[in-house]
Amino acid sequence: MTTLAIPIPRRPVHPTGVWGWITTIDHKRIGILYGVTAFIMFITGGLEALYMRVQLARPEQELVSPEVYNQLFTMHATTMIFLAIMPMGAAFFNYVIPLQIGARDVAFPRLNAFSYWTFLGGALILKLSWFLGGAPNAGWFGYAPITGTQYNPGHGIDFWIMSLQVLGIASLAAAFNFIVTIINMRAPGMSLMRMPLFTWMTLVTSFLLVLAFPVITVALIELMFDRFFGMNFFVPAKGANPLLWQHLFWIFGHPEVYILILPAMGIISEVIPTFSRKPLFGYPVVVLSGVVIGFMGWMVWSHHMFTVGLGPVANSVFALTTMAIAVPTGVKIFNWMGTMWKGSIELNTSMLFALGFIWLFIIGGLSGVMHSSAASDAQQQDTYFIVAHIHYVLFGGSIMALLSGVYYWFPKITGRLMDETLGKINFWLVFISMNITFFPMHFIGLDGMPRRIYTYDPDMGWNMWNMVATVGSFALAFSILVFIVNAVQSARKGEKASGDPWDGRTLEWSMPSPPPEYNFAQIPTVHGIDAHWITKREGVPAVPVAGGSDDEGGHDIHLPQPSYWPFLASLGLFVGGYGLVYFQSVIGIAFASAGAMLTMISVYAWSFEPVNDPEEEH
Amino acid sequence: MNSLRRRSRALWAGLTLLLILLLAACYPDNPQSTFGVSGPVAQSQLNLLYWILGAAIFVFVVVGAILMYITIRYRRRADDPDPEQIHGNTPLEIGWTIAPALVLVVIAVPTVLTVFDNLNSPDPDALTVDVVGHQWWFEFTYPHPDGESTVVTANELHIPVGEVVNVNLDSKDVLHSFWIPKIAGKVDLVPGNKNFMWIQADEAGEYLGQCAEFCGEAHALMKFRVVAEPREDFDAWLAAEAAAAEEPVDPLAQQGKALFEGSKAQCWSCHAVTGSSKSRGETGPNLTHVWSRTHIAAGVIETTQDNLRQWLEDPQSIKQGTIMYRDAKIYNDPANKLTDAEVSALVTYLQTLD
Repeated sequence: MTTLAIPIPRRPVHPTGVWGWITTIDHKRIGILYGVTAFIMFITGGLEALYMRVQLARPEQELVSPEVYNQLFTMHATTMIFLAIMPMGAAFFNYVIPLQIGARDVAFPRLNAFSYWTFLGGALILKLSWFLGGAPNAGWFGYAPITGTQYNPGHGIDFWIMSLQVLGIASLAAAFNFIVTIINMRAPGMSLMRMPLFTWMTLVTSFLLVLAFPVITVALIELMFDRFFGMNFFVPAKGANPLLWQHLFWIFGHPEVYILILPAMGIISEVIPTFSRKPLFGYPVVVLSGVVIGFMGWMVWSHHMFTVGLGPVANSVFALTTMAIAVPTGVKIFNWMGTMWKGSIELNTSMLFALGFIWLFIIGGLSGVMHSSAASDAQQQDTYFIVAHIHYVLFGGSIMALLSGVYYWFPKITGRLMDETLGKINFWLVFISMNITFFPMHFIGLDGMPRRIYTYDPDMGWNMWNMVATVGSFALAFSILVFIVNAVQSARKGEKASGDPWDGRTLEWSMPSPPPEYNFAQIPTVHGIDAHWITKREGVPAVPVAGGSDDEGGHDIHLPQPSYWPFLASLGLFVGGYGLVYFQSVIGIAFASAGAMLTMISVYAWSFEPVNDPEEEH
Repeated sequence: MNSLRRRSRALWAGLTLLLILLLAACYPDNPQSTFGVSGPVAQSQLNLLYWILGAAIFVFVVVGAILMYITIRYRRRADDPDPEQIHGNTPLEIGWTIAPALVLVVIAVPTVLTVFDNLNSPDPDALTVDVVGHQWWFEFTYPHPDGESTVVTANELHIPVGEVVNVNLDSKDVLHSFWIPKIAGKVDLVPGNKNFMWIQADEAGEYLGQCAEFCGEAHALMKFRVVAEPREDFDAWLAAEAAAAEEPVDPLAQQGKALFEGSKAQCWSCHAVTGSSKSRGETGPNLTHVWSRTHIAAGVIETTQDNLRQWLEDPQSIKQGTIMYRDAKIYNDPANKLTDAEVSALVTYLQTLD
C-alpha cells in the first residue's frame, strides 16, 4: 500500500464549517443536506406552478408565451418528482434508517455522500437550464418524437436528458446503499419481520429504484444517440415506432409513482401507531401489501397509454391489473384505521398530517380507480381530471406524509419541538387550500379542459373553477410559508425535546435528541416489533448486560472518516454532464472530458484513501 | 357523546354540500363537457363513469364515516392508560381484503365490455374518414362520391347524423389526439401507427373537439369542429367539397390567384386547391373550399374578411408558433413581405374558394 502510482492526499480530519459539510459522510448530516436541498427545489417547483396558475386564472391571458408555458409545466413536474419528493424521501431514509435498525451509519458512508452531491449536480444541471437558453419543453414524460432535434433543436431537452442521467446515478447509488444497509446492518434480534414499517418501505422503494432506473437510463441513452449522433430510435420517418418510448418511459414511470408514495406510506405507518399508542394493526399484512404494491407496480404501466391504440385486449388486461392494485392499497388504509381503533389518539400536528394523508389519498386512490376503467378513461386521459388525481396522490399523499414526517422527526433531528399552534394552523391551511386548488380540477377536467394548454377560450365554461384553483394555489403557497416560519423559529428557539418526546416505539427514540455522531453508544438487542416500546414497557433491556460490545460512552467507536473524494467524483459528473449538453462544440467536449477525468481520478483516489484511524497505529 | 353527534351531523352536512357541489359542477351545456353527450360511444363512457363514480362515492362515504368515527371516538383523554396492544385480527383483515375486490368486480365487468364495444366498429362498411394530425391542425380525407379518388378538407369534420362513422387515425409529425368530448373519448394520432375509432352523433349540430395530447407550441390552439347533419345535407356538402374550385372572375381575385401560385408568396408549395394545376402542396390545410368553413387557423378564429386579413398579415398574433409563420418567406424574409394591396388580392381570391 505504500507505493501508489498517484500520491493520495491526506484525509480531512474532523473539519468544521462549510468544509465539514462538504466532506461529511455522516448519514445524519447527509440526510439534512438532502432535506434542505429538496425543500429549496420544492419551493422553485412551487413558484413554477404559481406562474402557470396565474396564466390560467382567466381565459386568454398573455402573461407567458406558449413556449415558456411548456417549459414551466415540464420543469414543474420534473422538479417536484425528481428534485423534491424523491430526495425528501431520501432525506428521511438517510436520517432515520440507521437509527431505526440500530446501526452507526449506512453500509457505504462515502457512497452515501456521493449520492447526495451527484443528486445536487443533476438538480443544478436541470434548474440552470432556465438561464442557459431555455428549459426543456416536452413534458416530464418527454414523449417521442417531439423530443427529437427536428421538433426541438434547442438545448432544453439535452439539459433534461443529462440531468436525469446524473440523477439516475445518484438514485442507483443510494438505492444499493440502502438495500445493503437494511439487509446487513440491522442490530442483533431485528429480523426482517421485526423491522419498522418505514424501514420496510425504504427497502421496497430501493429495490424499485434499482430495477426502474436502468429502464429510463436506456431510453434516455437512445434519445441522446438520436439527438447527438443522428440515430433513429424514435424517428417515425425512418420507421421507428414512437410508442417504444412510451413503453420504456412508463415501465420506469409507474414504479416511479410507487417510489414516490411507498416512503410516504412508511412514514404514515410510523406516525399512526405512535400517536395511537398501539402497534401497527396487522403488521405482516401491511408489510406484504407494500411488497405486493411494489411488485404489481410493474404490471400496470400501459394504463398511462389507454388511448394510444394498443387495442381492446391490452386495454382490458391493464384495466384489470390496475384495478387489482387498489386491493393492497385499500388493505393498508384499513390497517391504519385498525391501528387507530381502540387506540389513544393524540391529534397533534404530525398526526393531523397523517390523517390528512389518509383522507386525501382515499380521494386520489378512488379517482385512480376511475381512470383504471379504460373506456371511461378515454374521456379523462390528458384532461385536468388527471391533473387533479396526480395532485391528490402526490400532494395529498406524498407531501402530506412528508410534512407529517417532518413534524414527527424534527425534535429528533434538531433537539427542539416544532410549535404546535403554528403547526395546527399550518395543517389546516395546507389541507383546506390543497382542496381548493386541486378539487375544482376534477370539474374542469370532466368539462373537457385538456392538460398542458397555456390558454383557453372564454366560453368553454372553465373560467370560474380555474380562478378558484388559482386562488387556492396562492393560499397553498402561503401555508408553505407558515411551515417555513415554524421550522426556522422552532429550530432556533423551540421548546427543548427529550430523546423520546412522543413516547415512541422504534429505536430512534432510544437515544438523545439530536443523536450523538455515533448514534448508539452500544448496539441494542431487539426483542420484537416496536423495540423501544418493549424496552420501556416490558423492561426488557435493549442492551446486553454483560458481554458483547466493550464500547463505553462512544469513546472507542469506529466511525468512518470524512472524505472529499465523493464530492469531487460528483463534481466530475456535474461538469461532464454540462459538457455533454454542448456536445457539438469543442468547449463542450473539453468539459465532458475534464469531468470524466475528474470522476475517474476521484474514484481511484477514493479507493486508495488512507484511513486516519487511531486504532490503525496500534 | 354529545360532541360526537354534533360532529357527525357536521360531517353529513359537509358531505351533502360536497354532493351538491359535485352535481352543480357537471355542466352538461358546456361545449366540451363529457356530460350532456350525444351518441352511443360517449354515452357508454358516461354510463360507465356514473357507475364507477357511484361506487367511488359509496366507498368514500363508508370509509370516511368509519375513519371520522374512530378519530373522534378514540381521541386521547388526559388520563388514558395505555390502550390494549392489539396486533391484528385475521378474520377482519381477510374481510377487508375481499370487500374491495368485490367492489372492483362490479366495475371491472362493465369496463371490459365497454372497452370492446368502443373499439370494434358496429358497422365496418359505413362511411370511413381518415384523420391525420399536423402541427397544429387536423386533416380529414373522405372517399370521393365517384368512388375513386378522395376529398380532402381540414378542421371541420362533417358527418351524417345518426350513422356510424369509422375513423382511421394517423399523424404526419408528432403525437396528437382526436377528441370530441360529446361524441367520443379520445384516441391518439401516432405517426406510423394506424389507429381506429368509430363515432356517431345522435343529434344534429356542431360539436367542439380539441387536440388532447401535448404536441408543441400551439397545442392549446389545435381545435376542430364536428358538424353532424341530416344525410341529404351531408351528401350535398360532400358533393360541394368534391367539386374543383371555380376559376375566379373578379380581377382582384385573379390577381390574388396569381400571387397564390406565384414565386413571391409561394402559397402553392404548402396548400392545395383542387382544380389548380399548380397548388398541390400537402404541408398545410387544403384550401379548395376554405371560405365555406366557419373557422380558420384550426378553429381559432371565425372566417371573416378581417380575420383572414389579420391571419395573412400576422399569423403569429393569432397562433404563436404556427408553421406558416416560421417557414413562409413572406414572413421570415423582410424583402418578401406582402404589401397591403397584395394581402387584399389574396383575401379576395380566398373568398372565392367557397
